Amino acid sequence: MSYLPFAVAAWICLVGIAGIATSRNLIHLAICLTVTQSSSYVLLLSVGYVKHGKAPIFIGTKLGTTAVDPVVQALTLTDIVVSVVVIALILALALDAHRLSGTVDPDQITDIAG
Amino acid sequence: MTRQVRLLLLGSGLLGLGALFAWAIAGLPAFGDYQGPYGFVLNRIVLPLRHTTNVVMGTNFDVRGLDTMGEEFILYASVVGVTLLLRDETRSRLAERRTRRFRDDTVRLVGVAMVGAGFLIGLWLMAFGYITPGGGFQGGVVTAGAIVLLYLVGNHRDYRPFRNEHLLDPFEAVGAGGYVIVGLAALASGTAFLANLFGLGTPGMLRSSGSIAILNWASAIAVTVAMLLLFAEFLETYVVPLEPEDAGS
Amino acid sequence: MVLATLVPLQAVAFGLVALGAPLVVLTRDPLRQALVNGIYGVSLVCLFVVLEAPDPALSMLAVSGIGYPLVILAAVARVRGHERTEEDEEQ
Repeated sequence: MSYLPFAVAAWICLVGIAGIATSRNLIHLAICLTVTQSSSYVLLLSVGYVKHGKAPIFIGTKLGTTAVDPVVQALTLTDIVVSVVVIALILALALDAHRLSGTVDPDQITDIAG
Repeated sequence: MTRQVRLLLLGSGLLGLGALFAWAIAGLPAFGDYQGPYGFVLNRIVLPLRHTTNVVMGTNFDVRGLDTMGEEFILYASVVGVTLLLRDETRSRLAERRTRRFRDDTVRLVGVAMVGAGFLIGLWLMAFGYITPGGGFQGGVVTAGAIVLLYLVGNHRDYRPFRNEHLLDPFEAVGAGGYVIVGLAALASGTAFLANLFGLGTPGMLRSSGSIAILNWASAIAVTVAMLLLFAEFLETYVVPLEPEDAGS
Repeated sequence: MVLATLVPLQAVAFGLVALGAPLVVLTRDPLRQALVNGIYGVSLVCLFVVLEAPDPALSMLAVSGIGYPLVILAAVARVRGHERTEEDEEQ
């Protein structure tokens, strides 16, 4: 039971990858990529959790109370915001592909001109 | 390669990856059984050393400040990529004149209230980022969302300054470059790159944490303008016939 | 040796997230998927709060409520706009 968080993270990653590989629409593919990215956030925060730990904000609490790991939270929060902009770049590439080939179906974009 | 063969390959690959994951998870310590000393050390020392009550923000902009600089440049590079792919000068000037306005007055009233409230909440999240949960990244997204609401509920003259990409580009550079300049200022004064060299102040007040506050605002500006630029680049209003009441605006 | 187990609240939060991910992937239309992604984002926010992580929860809230719908809907609108002008040109 105490390995459930990591199993959930692995499950989300596998589901996201399956979604990316079987996608028929480039925009659907980008959103499945965000699901895969969210699995890494779940994994990071589960690794950093301390039993009976509080949030690492010390404005109301005394210095010295057990708190969860702040490093993984710092990594996760910047990653979440930056991933929006990277997904926007992927969607811009999808729009360009649509403009050049007329379809958003990755199976039907066959010719790759140099 | 047909679709069936591809699906079979995918299934076997996912099974193999799942087995690897299971093997990796079996070697992890149990959930909640945090071993490493780094987290405990940071929770003890960041508040006395840097006067920041939000240890996560202190980690982001001071202890691991170099990583956040890298993340901010990922943001900047992605925005440059989107600009290069989607910016089309001639079409955006033509399309701007013909915008459709929301008809329902109730929706517009609620939207206008939300613009003000959202902007204030975003500013509050940005300003108090190093005291309570929040920060430049979160506040930047909320502020950009409030400004984009103007596109929905206002007429195009209200939204036009935030759509002008040539006006927004310098601010994006200020956000990303300001981060590096603060680091270089520390370097120029003899300490390490991105060392905290401004006055530390009292923890819990707005004037605290030294250069963390400045880096917080630089990243807030960078994120806000990045989201506004993204929306401005993606937006391409359809060419719809001019309605009679839109002819005046 | 501390044997840590899950509080029921955390188990429910993890369960909701594990349920939400396949739902997002199985929704094929991008417009509908944007909405389901938003709901999945809210379940992730609940999970982050239960794991004592307020800063990532705020990030995920802002991003899944404002960030993702913004870029996804703008992309979908632009794709449909291109398709509509192509149809008009054909006719």
